[in-house]
Amino acid sequence: MVMSAVLEEVTAEAPFALSEPVRVDADRAEKVSGSFSLKDVSVAYGNETVIAGVNMLVPSRAVTALIGPSGCGKSTLLRCLNRMNDEIGNVRVGGTIALDGLDIYQKSIDPVDLRMRVGQVFQRPNPFPMSIYDNVAFGPRTQGVRKRDELDAIIEAALKDAALWDEVKNHLKKHAFELSGGQQQRLCIARALATKPEVLLMDEPASALDPISTQQIEDTIAELKDMVTIVIVTHNMQQAARISDQTAFMLRESMDQPAHLVEVGETKRMFTNPDDKRTESYITGRFG
Amino acid sequence: MSDRNRRARNARTVEVVMKVVTGACVALVIGAAMLILGKIVISGIPGISLEFLFSKPGMGMRAGGIFPIIVGTLMLVTLTAVLVLPLGIMAGIYLAEYAPKNVVTRIVRLSIANMAGVPSIVYGLFGLAVFVLLMQIGKSLLASALTLTCLTLPVIITSTEEALRQIPSDLRQAALALGATRWRAIYKVILPAAAPGIVTGSILGLSRAAGETAPILVTGAAFFLPKLPDSVYSQYMSLPYHLYVLATQVPNVPPEITWGTAFVLVAGVSIVSMIAGAWRSVQRRKVKW
Repeated sequence: MVMSAVLEEVTAEAPFALSEPVRVDADRAEKVSGSFSLKDVSVAYGNETVIAGVNMLVPSRAVTALIGPSGCGKSTLLRCLNRMNDEIGNVRVGGTIALDGLDIYQKSIDPVDLRMRVGQVFQRPNPFPMSIYDNVAFGPRTQGVRKRDELDAIIEAALKDAALWDEVKNHLKKHAFELSGGQQQRLCIARALATKPEVLLMDEPASALDPISTQQIEDTIAELKDMVTIVIVTHNMQQAARISDQTAFMLRESMDQPAHLVEVGETKRMFTNPDDKRTESYITGRFG
Repeated sequence: MSDRNRRARNARTVEVVMKVVTGACVALVIGAAMLILGKIVISGIPGISLEFLFSKPGMGMRAGGIFPIIVGTLMLVTLTAVLVLPLGIMAGIYLAEYAPKNVVTRIVRLSIANMAGVPSIVYGLFGLAVFVLLMQIGKSLLASALTLTCLTLPVIITSTEEALRQIPSDLRQAALALGATRWRAIYKVILPAAAPGIVTGSILGLSRAAGETAPILVTGAAFFLPKLPDSVYSQYMSLPYHLYVLATQVPNVPPEITWGTAFVLVAGVSIVSMIAGAWRSVQRRKVKW
């Protein structure tokens, strides 16, 4: 009930046509969870508003790409979705961000619980200085899973989902730092998946990797979107075009004004026939 | 053109001179350290024997061994460690991980830095006034250990804080993003990664405590005791104070006893440092970024 109310409210003012919903599958959309709705979202560091007026929907079980030039607030917006901005201090988030209809900034929400539902993969691979097994087990253990066979099953599933299982199944006790950069990043994906999140946030997950590793990460994302909603920040336009279902273009036009959402829509249309001139300029590489 | 040549030549000259000057300073420091260590080793070794290590002093401390003195020092340092490590490490964790970035925190940090600069005899007088007299603990192991705790606290706090700060914030973020609380992130990820640095600081602080004379002189170390301390409320004998006594208060002490005592103190501290160093390098091999 709450969810549909919020959705209606947001969609009523949504800056993009809803005639192009991503993955039209009403039956499924009701059952699956992990959709975000952002209504008039703004972010301020101290007195400086850096993002303002963002309205968009993040559909469940699909890939949403956030694109835009450096400093346009993509990563900041991403970190609002799991409240990692809370950790910086002096950051205020305005408007409403709802996960499946639930306002994630209301008082009764504990960010610790939220982050079990909304996982994150960072720009640079950041495995913990411990074994491969313990890395992936960190989340489940935090959730209180103690039984060895239960943990084993979760870890195997997560590593398989992150397409790393075949490479590490005989080396689970090895230190995570012995893996290559690309393997480490897939380990971080597996670690995030092990908490069974509904949403996975990815902040330029392939920008520190070589082309082959990047390809593997992209393949993994394609596999994952059937089980988890993905929001990915990327600088790489081709990557956004290849892997996302929906694309949101953000822009900060001058340092005097906050960044805003220029346009959001189905990726295919955004890249072939954008509504906004600025989107077209950015996508065709005229700036940014 | 020639101007540019001259400038390039000058720069090269400065480069060479600075390399020599800085190198000479290092040589001077190493030389001084070697001289001190060499003197202690050469003069101290002849006095070392099992009997020296495991018997009581005799003949007004002009003969016999230093067993009660070694035991007293070990007890004092252990008790100090038990008191100072939990307190100092916890405080360091708070300052690095939880403390808000504001004026109060800055003042606290500055105060801790200042505490490290207070002369040790001042700590001694403080310990005498507060622990021995005011709290009526009396001159004892406990009073001395509490005094040494105050003395080493700033070293432990500061080194813990530094060690924690060196851990990439990526790791902290990763743990939090997995739904870990702050404490779980600290306990499971940050603290193990920072352990080598924290251990180094702790050893450094406790080594200093082991070698301090002034604070224990007025809070519980005894000139001479015929028996070992039997509780934390007993007085005790200790290596640095015994050394002071042998060097200045007792005439005609055979030099191998004085130097042997010095050797035991230095060797003890060095052995602990070396064990910690070995453990650290094992950890480093496991953890690198």
